[in-house]
Amino acid sequence: MSLVVSNLTIDHGAIRAINNVSFTVPQGQLAAIIGANGAGKTTLLRTLSGLKEAASGSVSWNGDSILGTRPEDLARSGIMHVSDGKSVIAELTVKENLALPGIWRKDKKDVAVATSEVIELFPILGQRLSQSAGSLSGGERQMLAIGRALIARPKLLLLDEPSLGLAPLIVEQIFQTIKSLVKKMNLTVVLVEQNAMGALKIADEGVVLNLGSVVAVDSAEKLLNDPAVRAAYLGF
Amino acid sequence: MTQFITAVLTSLSSGAIYALMALALVLVWRSTRVINFAQAGQAVLTTYIGYTVIQRTGSYWLALLVAVVSGAIIGAVIDRFFMRPIFKRIKSGPIVMIAPVVATLGLLGIIQAVIGFIWGLTNQSIQAPVSTDGFKVMGTVIAFSRYNLLVLIFVAVAMLLLTILFQKTDIGLALRASAYSPEIAKLSGIKVDSVRTLGWAIAGASGGLAGMLYIPGYFLFPNAMDLLLVFGFVAAVIGGLESLFGAVVGAMILGFAINFATTYISAKLFFPTAFIVLVAVLLLKPGGLFGSKKGRSA
Repeated sequence: MSLVVSNLTIDHGAIRAINNVSFTVPQGQLAAIIGANGAGKTTLLRTLSGLKEAASGSVSWNGDSILGTRPEDLARSGIMHVSDGKSVIAELTVKENLALPGIWRKDKKDVAVATSEVIELFPILGQRLSQSAGSLSGGERQMLAIGRALIARPKLLLLDEPSLGLAPLIVEQIFQTIKSLVKKMNLTVVLVEQNAMGALKIADEGVVLNLGSVVAVDSAEKLLNDPAVRAAYLGF
Repeated sequence: MTQFITAVLTSLSSGAIYALMALALVLVWRSTRVINFAQAGQAVLTTYIGYTVIQRTGSYWLALLVAVVSGAIIGAVIDRFFMRPIFKRIKSGPIVMIAPVVATLGLLGIIQAVIGFIWGLTNQSIQAPVSTDGFKVMGTVIAFSRYNLLVLIFVAVAMLLLTILFQKTDIGLALRASAYSPEIAKLSGIKVDSVRTLGWAIAGASGGLAGMLYIPGYFLFPNAMDLLLVFGFVAAVIGGLESLFGAVVGAMILGFAINFATTYISAKLFFPTAFIVLVAVLLLKPGGLFGSKKGRSA
């Protein structure tokens, strides 16, 4: 039970965005993928969720190859991707955004249970159910995006820059929520972040990307204490 | 006074038919970002199918049902086997915007040519199912008949059903989510491609209904729906192209403008009025009355 990425290469037009990247995320663990802007983090995540094609390499989840599977099929099999920043449909209400996975999920009773769990987790969403998602603050949108993913009862959560554009206090809150979800729901999480410090603090594993290549894979704790990583990505 | 009442009532019934065509165009635009010029061909084809049903069975009502259902099927088939392969093949460059629209224009020509081969080019007519004699108001016969009333009722019911479908059902939510943000819809597990085909089917059904309601007051020939396509397009643009409600409002504005201009000023204004209204609305509100303010990428 794990996510295995091996020798993955992805092209972005004529540019090689990801070059021969390999790493493994065991089930129930949180892996942070960190690196500077343009390191290829988002491209990597979009390929894992089926939005983008890979040039070569393989990706498997629980032993099944998932490369080339359509994003909607991956979502239905429990791989949920929360894309960067404000992954909500602004024109729909909060309630309608949350209802999207319920359209295809067969177990309607559990959809209702999951929905009330999400509202318990993010009470502010409960107060904004009939508001349009476009009227939410950045932090609330992020909560809505994560909440919507949770209603699908995911096993693997792919999070793209959940801290983007948020105030430090909100970032801390979102990160702590993610960490608690991993434990509570036995989730496997791939967290892509420019906020390397915050991400490594809650992560089990860390993958450092630079210009499309892996420069370090280690436990998050070791990376936090690695002088080279500190100098390049943590700023001290 | 009777002239005024007549103008209001005919505005409503012609606006109602423009609305069906406008809805068909908006539904496809929202889901596929294509102005479907083939809609005029689709709607005239389903009306010919309805015409054939009437020839064989004598029942307008059966013909109406067959036209609406075949409109849905033709719409779905066009998206699945014509538009989807085009979108798969063309992925980048300026051609992305142009090729699908040109493809619908080509399809319009093909459909009209095929109709000519099967049914010929001479004018046919479809008998209205109820009287087309004007009602009597205060002793005068007005230009509004039982049939015009029927058209109004049919369109109102169709609007009501569409509103319920879009606002109250899961299918409607999937249609809206896929239109607003295909990527987030996919990531939420919605099969956006199938939902888009469904959008084309609903549009086709709407066009099928428009044809069967429009033609009994007119003639049936391969280009019979071309003018309605133009008016439907104008109405859709007035409404902002994104909004189903806007399409209906745009169609009603157009219906009233045309009928009042032709009643009170000159019958020659029939065609120019549509474009005067269009230009006026676009000057005042460039995005249309109910268009989204921010530009949305495909």
